[in-house]
Amino acid sequence: MTDAARPAALEMRGITKRYPGVVANDHIDLDVRPGEIHALLGENGAGKSTLMNILYGLAEPDEGEIWLGDEPIEIHGPSDAIARGINMVHQHFMLVPVLTVAENILLGDEPMANPIFLDRGAAHAQIRDLGARFGFEVDPEAKVGSLSVGWQQRVEILKALYRSASILVLDEPTAVLTPQETREIFSVLRQLSREMGTSVIFISHKLNEVLDIADRITVIRRGRVVGTRTPSETNEEDLAELMVGRDVQLTVDRGESNPGDVMLDVTDVRVADDRGREVVHAVSFQVRSGEIFGIAGVAGNGQDELVEAITGLRKTTSGRVTLASRDITAASPRQLHGLGVGFVPADRQRFGLVLSFPLADNIVLNDYHAEPYARGFVRETVAIDARAEACVVEFDIRTPSIEVTAGTLSGGNQQKVVVAREFGRDLRLLVLDQPTRGLDVGSVEFIHSETIERRTDGAAVLLVSAELDEVLELSDRIGVMYRGEIVAVVDARQADKEEIGLLMATGGRVSPDATKSMTTETEQTS
Amino acid sequence: MSAAAAPADPAPAPPPPQQSFIGRAIALAAVPFIAVVGALVVGAVIIIASSLARGAFDLTLPLQAYANLLEGAFGSLRGIIFSIVSATPLILGGMAVGLGFKAGLFNIGAQGQFLMGALGSAAVGAWAAGESGIVAVPAAILAGAALGAAWGFIPGALKAWTGAHEVVTTIMLNFIAGALIGYLITGPLEAPGFSFSRTGPLGNAELPTFFGTGIHLGVLIAFGLVPAVWWVVWRSTLGFEIRTVGANPDAARYAGMRPAMLTILTLTLCGMLAGLAGAGQILGVSHFMNASYGTSIGFDSISIALLGRAHPVGITLAALLFGAMRAGSGLMQIEAGIPVEIIDVIQATILLFLAADLVIRRLLRLRAVRAQPEELQTVTKTYGGGASS
Amino acid sequence: MEFVYSIPIIGVLFQFIGYVVEVTPGIAPIVVGLAAPIALGALCGIMNERSGIVNIGIEGMMLSAAFAGFLAAGLFQQAFGGEGWGPFGITPALVVGVIAAMLVAMVLSALHAWLSITVAADQIISGVIINVAALGLTGYLNRLLISPNPRLGAGTFGSFRLPPEVVDFPVVGWVIEMFVEQGPIAMSVVLFVVVLQILLFRSRWGLRTRAVGEHPRAADTVGINVIGLRYRNVILGGIFAGLAGAYLTLEATGSFQNNMTAGRGFIALAAVIFGRWTPVGAFGAALLFAYSGAFGQAVRIRPPGDEYPDLGAIMAAIPSQVYGALPYIVTIVILAGVVGRSIAPAAVGKPYQKEGKTA
Repeated sequence: MTDAARPAALEMRGITKRYPGVVANDHIDLDVRPGEIHALLGENGAGKSTLMNILYGLAEPDEGEIWLGDEPIEIHGPSDAIARGINMVHQHFMLVPVLTVAENILLGDEPMANPIFLDRGAAHAQIRDLGARFGFEVDPEAKVGSLSVGWQQRVEILKALYRSASILVLDEPTAVLTPQETREIFSVLRQLSREMGTSVIFISHKLNEVLDIADRITVIRRGRVVGTRTPSETNEEDLAELMVGRDVQLTVDRGESNPGDVMLDVTDVRVADDRGREVVHAVSFQVRSGEIFGIAGVAGNGQDELVEAITGLRKTTSGRVTLASRDITAASPRQLHGLGVGFVPADRQRFGLVLSFPLADNIVLNDYHAEPYARGFVRETVAIDARAEACVVEFDIRTPSIEVTAGTLSGGNQQKVVVAREFGRDLRLLVLDQPTRGLDVGSVEFIHSETIERRTDGAAVLLVSAELDEVLELSDRIGVMYRGEIVAVVDARQADKEEIGLLMATGGRVSPDATKSMTTETEQTS
Repeated sequence: MSAAAAPADPAPAPPPPQQSFIGRAIALAAVPFIAVVGALVVGAVIIIASSLARGAFDLTLPLQAYANLLEGAFGSLRGIIFSIVSATPLILGGMAVGLGFKAGLFNIGAQGQFLMGALGSAAVGAWAAGESGIVAVPAAILAGAALGAAWGFIPGALKAWTGAHEVVTTIMLNFIAGALIGYLITGPLEAPGFSFSRTGPLGNAELPTFFGTGIHLGVLIAFGLVPAVWWVVWRSTLGFEIRTVGANPDAARYAGMRPAMLTILTLTLCGMLAGLAGAGQILGVSHFMNASYGTSIGFDSISIALLGRAHPVGITLAALLFGAMRAGSGLMQIEAGIPVEIIDVIQATILLFLAADLVIRRLLRLRAVRAQPEELQTVTKTYGGGASS
Repeated sequence: MEFVYSIPIIGVLFQFIGYVVEVTPGIAPIVVGLAAPIALGALCGIMNERSGIVNIGIEGMMLSAAFAGFLAAGLFQQAFGGEGWGPFGITPALVVGVIAAMLVAMVLSALHAWLSITVAADQIISGVIINVAALGLTGYLNRLLISPNPRLGAGTFGSFRLPPEVVDFPVVGWVIEMFVEQGPIAMSVVLFVVVLQILLFRSRWGLRTRAVGEHPRAADTVGINVIGLRYRNVILGGIFAGLAGAYLTLEATGSFQNNMTAGRGFIALAAVIFGRWTPVGAFGAALLFAYSGAFGQAVRIRPPGDEYPDLGAIMAAIPSQVYGALPYIVTIVILAGVVGRSIAPAAVGKPYQKEGKTA
């Protein structure tokens, strides 16, 4: 129950923040009432994170004021924010993997036995109590790096709760959670707001979640507030239209697939990670021409290593991978490229592009050594430039020229460069890993429709994504990956989102309550 | 893997407006130019301060010193030739370091590679002294190039196969090269009949000179290699691969390149260039090598590569500058009494100004044209270890 | 024993072990002395790298400190004189020298910190600059100020002398002698190693330092002053580099030679990596490197005699320069064998920029 009569707990008035070439926040007003769960909705790049970074002291506004209760305040850094009872759970975990859970949570506010040395006993006791209050069984000594992603998120939240907060900000907290874990987090948030009067600001781009949890929703588009609603007076279509500014197709027309012969056959493949631990345990599946096979799974269950093994960036420890009956288990990326395999990697800035090279060089990154882009040792710049120009037109890449470095392009356009390179030729197999992560709605639509088109043209498509909605929308068949194994394969038309979410979280073997205990999860990891 | 979501990309920064060629040339050259001028000023201050140590505060001493420097370097035809000949090994050495930078590697081992090249050419040259020039000269040059290449291959292979960072391994190899030279020249390679340990006379292996001056074949080779190296780096597929590995080794693997192979190949080529520098010095200038042969060319090469922004043309200009300074420093020490080590100090100050690049740019409101070679970030990123395959 | 030694092939290995066991107590005191500058350099490296800063300028800092210490002590002695006091023969000049060495190293560390943190220049370049500048300046000033004054010098610290009963104590006697019969700086190394190890892993400073070196943004978001912490640690690390330099000119020898650090600063970096960025590990690595250097000396002074026939022949055939280069060779071998499995602090080498505050 919110109290509309009392003064706002927090008010941000006229916040403006400019970066070179863009206005991230344009005179934004936001008011949050005590004990309210207030959602900030907007697509990627709209300015929500910037606004909250200003609130938390990680950035300073060019104009505007922040009022807490009934007095204006100045925040120059996280310590100011924390001192005023503002705590933040960040989109990218602010956890140090080599330190323990206790060390991470208490960092910055450590219990001391004396002026120099830490009081470990007190630290551990405090952490356990904290976890118990919210229904988590926490192991203070566990190294954060060994925890599953879901548990790391919980540690991140505990970190914010440890310092009693009057305002708690969460930036995309459910991005890496299964539906079950999301529900747990939501009940924690409700507990906080109802019982402890904490105001919660919840940043998201997921319409259904926002309608579920929020008391009020403020929509931000291109740096400006375009509307504030309560859930009862709006729905997904309305919010989507506010977010994007036009009619949005929430689902793409997948059409019917006509699968042909088996193109990709993965048999009993085992893969080890960088530390030598096996993270893919005898995985088998097939993808046919003209079908999209989507692998759903929480990040960190071996998908990256599996994809790297299939695309030649990592060795398999055993097993076989064939492409139309041709053994490609040990094939190099270059060989696969020659065989008609396209690959859009998850981390585009690290694997997909060379940010300091011009766009043209990035377009031919896989083909630079072959005709017509090179004759033997010599590079043919004319041919390279021609191809780049053609791609810019065909894929609608927004850029002033083909000479600009890839680093100056927006995320969406960078991904378009990768897509132009990989999609723009005859493909037999297309492997996509988190293809729309961090992109604006327009780019997401574009990539989804291009993918469907390739499938219709007869390519076999392997899609790996942590966004369950994306997998459900695009795939013809869905496999669920859990702890390095494919635990189920279902036909998309008969797929039940709840069921898949449960499989993602538990693999179908462990009871859902077991996820309440950290030790059960870590044991299974080792 | 923890945080799965990539950062929400902010809207793009607008690309820098297209600059005229002159504009870009000025922006690129501005900081090195200011660095040199600033360093000369700092050098002047040090000279004035040290005049105090000799009793009298002499404000004109720097002017006299720099005048001597200029005179020694350019005041006569002999001086100019001496400057060019001094610059020659620096051009090759600078490219030996600069090529490494382009691949994201820090080749501090140019010193050891130079020494090994000198050793190889001195040894083979002495051995082939009696043969006709057509045989002896190329043999000696090749020996120098090969040994230098080998000395580059070792740290390259270590980096590629074990992840050992080249910053430490190359410096160790520098010392080992010194020890090896000491052993060989007082042992198996010692030429009889001299009052101190040295390699034998070169005879027909000496490099031919031109116009009766000191300009030897090595000078032509060095200047000839400049456009060759430029072409390989910027216009060939190999150069594209080297630059990609330097800018982003992960993307290079994804593109089908093999970073391990490229690391080894690049350092081997760097070693070859430095080895050629050594060969040129022995075969063209000093004509023999003694057991305690010492030189600063290896370290000068690092400064030159940085000053020249790892580009062959910039390196050539920087090498000429340093060559001139070294050539003139002798006269400066004799006439003005300033120890030649002041050149080292000036060199270090140039580097200091280069590093403070960003600050200077902000002061002058220069457009950020690649403030610092991005490849250098790869050098530092691979410091913690891990094989680059 | 002779029987064991005469086994073909393996016998040589046993001879080697036997020789090592025989020779080690004799060279043990030298080992700690040789290890001291490397270990101190490594402590400086740990202070830097644990905070996330790469510092390859330790060599230059050591050299500058060695020079400054020598010069300050020598000038002070010339001006004011002074008598040695206590078991270490401490004179005011020597104290002044040590302080000067530490100050110079701290100033250079501050420069490195400024270039690396505020200017965000490439950290390896910054280190190179310091090395080149140190080499040039010390060479220049050496020629200018010291060469004309050959009598300049304040001597060295004396070594602590143990009573013979302790030294002759069976088994452990030579170990104690090794660590205790040293000058003050070398003796303090063990103390620093232990203290730093404890602080790094049990104190609040250590926890925050490690967090900053692994994930500075995470530390920033809980209110830790990343920039301030990095500056402080880098500058304090200079103290160790300063002591290393002071050791060279005020404890080991009583003079300054150009480039006398001879690569110790880089061996120190290898020791840090080998010791997995822990003080105790780095100290162990330093002892190993120092041992290889001392072993080389031992071979020259007391080559394997008749008890080790095959070994003696093999060792005589190896040129003496190899023994001199042994520390460098060992460094490469260790680096190649170990580094692949050694993980540096995750954020090392990356300048930290506060979100939204960059131009």
